[in-house]
Amino acid sequence: MSAVLFDVPGPKARTRNVYLNVVTVAIVVGAIAFIMFRFYESGQFTAKKWEIFTFPRVQETFLKAIGATLSAFAVAAVGSIVLGVLLAFGRLADTKWVRVPCYWFTELFRAVPLLILMMIMYYGLPSAGVKGITPFIAVVVGLILYNGSVLAEVFRAGIESLPKGQREAGLAIGMSKGQVLRSILLPQAVRSMLPVIIAQLVVIMKDTALGFLITYDEILKYANFLGSQGQYGSPVVPALMVAAVIYVGLCLVLSGVAKFTEYKMSSRVKVIKAKVGLTS
Amino acid sequence: MNVITDNSDLFLTGFKNTGILFVISAFFALILGTIVAGMRVSPAPAMRAAGTVYVNFVRNTPLTLILAFFALGYPKLGLPSVDFLAAAAIGLSLYTATYVSEAIRSGINTVSVGQSEAARAIGLPFMQTLTLIVLPQAFRSVVPPLFSVFIALLKNTTVAAGFSVFEAGAIRAYLSERGEPLLPGLLWVALIFVVLVLGILTPLQRYLEKKWRVAR
Repeated sequence: MSAVLFDVPGPKARTRNVYLNVVTVAIVVGAIAFIMFRFYESGQFTAKKWEIFTFPRVQETFLKAIGATLSAFAVAAVGSIVLGVLLAFGRLADTKWVRVPCYWFTELFRAVPLLILMMIMYYGLPSAGVKGITPFIAVVVGLILYNGSVLAEVFRAGIESLPKGQREAGLAIGMSKGQVLRSILLPQAVRSMLPVIIAQLVVIMKDTALGFLITYDEILKYANFLGSQGQYGSPVVPALMVAAVIYVGLCLVLSGVAKFTEYKMSSRVKVIKAKVGLTS
Repeated sequence: MNVITDNSDLFLTGFKNTGILFVISAFFALILGTIVAGMRVSPAPAMRAAGTVYVNFVRNTPLTLILAFFALGYPKLGLPSVDFLAAAAIGLSLYTATYVSEAIRSGINTVSVGQSEAARAIGLPFMQTLTLIVLPQAFRSVVPPLFSVFIALLKNTTVAAGFSVFEAGAIRAYLSERGEPLLPGLLWVALIFVVLVLGILTPLQRYLEKKWRVAR
């Protein structure tokens, strides 16, 4: 691990490390103090700019916005996992007519920016005569198409990293190929890939914020709305701070779950590690 | 087909700015990410802690929020003003640097222990061990993850469209202003991104991966 890049510090190195620590702390504290000072100087900490967050009505709407983010996340997460499993099975299929389209599906939807996908859903389809597309549907479908394709690669890598004997043993006791995939390979792949899968769920959580750009009423949109309230001194910076704290909190909870499961898994069974590039 | 030929000015300017944003952000993200990765393996605990906190905080914040801060919040602070393109580039660099640093750090861990032990045995201090021995080898092994980070960056530049930067993601708004059909326009934008990612960046990754492969 990282500790091998330097020796156990002797007396000289220890003094040097003390200096380095002091300098780093000074720079970090200095930078934070400067930012805080700028915030203070430009009046971001005045009571007037924070007053708006004390209104029960505003707090209620904020909770609703959090609910909107979470519901988009929940639907998109379940949908992505289902689509991911289906596409992974498709890419492992024996028939070329299933395998090749699934390959291009995952490649294409991973190459198109998520925001463009959402725009195609929200602005493009209605202009071509498709009706009934709400921002929620656009956000969720965009997230599912993109993250489903990413997760398909994760599942596939997980299945392919399993020892060959697993599949052969399943076939040898007379299971069909589908049965082997469903009840032998997939459970093991999911187990070994759980940290990666949950990391991708964090990505989904963060990407719900793109909904702001296609007018979905989620946390960031509401924060931005509060920030534009002139009679409370346009508290953009305070509103974004509140939104940041909420997002970081939500994501840290999910990351915490990821770390916990990783720890649980590695202490119970030997986890097969496969290399998968994670993209955001 | 007509949409792209009739509005070629929009598409050209849009993707030119996307390119500018991508190159600037990739450059600074690579530098900053390498520094942060170095901090995270350094002997000084405060440096390690600062790097860890930065990476964990920024990685758990949506990019949209970071760009919103630089585009909407920053001008209120009374600091020297920057234009929207620069603001977006700063936000994208800070965000992408965390992913670069994680990729490089995982690369540092793949360099075998004997390399840094040998470096220390001939008396190299930490900085030289890192910059002369470990990082050059680490960079070679992280070509694929670094490229997926940069592909993600290219796609993330579209988010800047929401914050007054005229790039590929903003073509939609201009098209609807001109009353052009939106669906074909957006599909063209998507197609160009597919070509950029699958036609240029992915082959480049394969080429560099092959060229810089280390025999271990």
